[in-house]
Amino acid sequence: MKPPLFEYHDPGSVDEALALLAEHGGEAKVLASGQSLVPLLNFRLARPERLVDVNGLNELAYLRTDDGVLRIGALTRHAALERSKEAAARVPLLGEAVALVGHVQIRNRGTVGGSVAHADPAAELPVAFSALDARYRVRSTRGERVVGSDEMFITHLTTSLEPDELLTEIEVPVPPARTGFAFVEFARRHGDFALGGAAVLVTLDDAGVCTRARIALLAAAPTPVRARETEEWLTGLRLDPPAMGEAAARAVAGIHPTSDIHGGTEYRRALVEALVRRALAQATERA
Amino acid sequence: MSTRAISIEINGRSYEGTVEPRLLLSDFIRHEAHLTGTNVGCEHGVCGACTVQLDGEPIRSCLMLAVQADRRSVRTVEGLAPPEGELHPLQQAFHETHALQCGFCTPGFLMTLEPFLAAGPVQLDDGAIRAALAGNLCRCTGYQNIVEAVRLAAMRMRG
Repeated sequence: MKPPLFEYHDPGSVDEALALLAEHGGEAKVLASGQSLVPLLNFRLARPERLVDVNGLNELAYLRTDDGVLRIGALTRHAALERSKEAAARVPLLGEAVALVGHVQIRNRGTVGGSVAHADPAAELPVAFSALDARYRVRSTRGERVVGSDEMFITHLTTSLEPDELLTEIEVPVPPARTGFAFVEFARRHGDFALGGAAVLVTLDDAGVCTRARIALLAAAPTPVRARETEEWLTGLRLDPPAMGEAAARAVAGIHPTSDIHGGTEYRRALVEALVRRALAQATERA
Repeated sequence: MSTRAISIEINGRSYEGTVEPRLLLSDFIRHEAHLTGTNVGCEHGVCGACTVQLDGEPIRSCLMLAVQADRRSVRTVEGLAPPEGELHPLQQAFHETHALQCGFCTPGFLMTLEPFLAAGPVQLDDGAIRAALAGNLCRCTGYQNIVEAVRLAAMRMRG
């Protein structure tokens, strides 16, 4: 099908975009690459009065590191993140996660900010960002605020972004030295939405003891889930197979993944548990 | 509802039109530029039949508005081989290995694979080929001969 009628704005600067959102916020929808929004328009599942197209905001397409923080402009394309030597060197978890996003045609257009704002619980980047303790910079004509993952994601396809706000940057603290990482997921076919997944970071000391652990789960709930109690439990332990198995079991103990035609709740929980175990093993090996 | 005057370069030629912002790039290519080699399958970004290149990179033309391609450069399957000239090595390889049956998906495959081969990936095993074409669906061939065609084209393109 074809998109319904809408008024179209293509601002050339962030300030111009914010002014448009301040004026029309309630009836306007931000159009980033459209890899998720345009299908919704084509199916007429979404019928926004107006689209504010942010593809002209070149000032939001960047990747740079300062003060131990990798800063990713919201309009950075997935393909740019995938190719970025800077991201690969500083935060290799992101390269591993972004390579799993859709297909090459999607990654050439898809934007990092769009992935976050769309808030699909099976999307890779929000889960990676959650594991990385990333923060989101959000602007409106009212000012700027910085929100963490827990505050950003409310439920399936819903964020705490107000109608007049625009996500402008993702701040990713560079993990400490001797941190191993792994992003693993399972999908029935290459490029499909994953049925489950996990992003893991573990930091080891010289004796091989875990000093810091981060575990985020994909498609385990309507938002990315951090397994904080498990992270604390792992800290101070030696990451041998029994500890990893116990950690994986603990990480999924409280989750109730949404059951659907592709997999029931029990199956998905068992799947995520296995993926956490694998991710812990791989991250430990790389640390 | 307002319309916009746009100009899109397709296969080196400039196409102009006054269009509603909701017009998809795939429909501009087919109905305004009258280049019907680009096929529209699912129209929601799943099948890959409408894949074209935007500034050299494969994208789904059904997920882009024509107004977003204003003053950009698009390449469609018609741009692969000169009108009276020889087939592109990739097209020739598809032909020889029987990598198409009904042919509906073929333009999308070609536009996805052409930059993949041109970039000359170091390791061209079947896994890499299958990953490269994962965003394009074919319901006839079972993919076996498409993988075969990519291998053949890669061999010839590297000389």
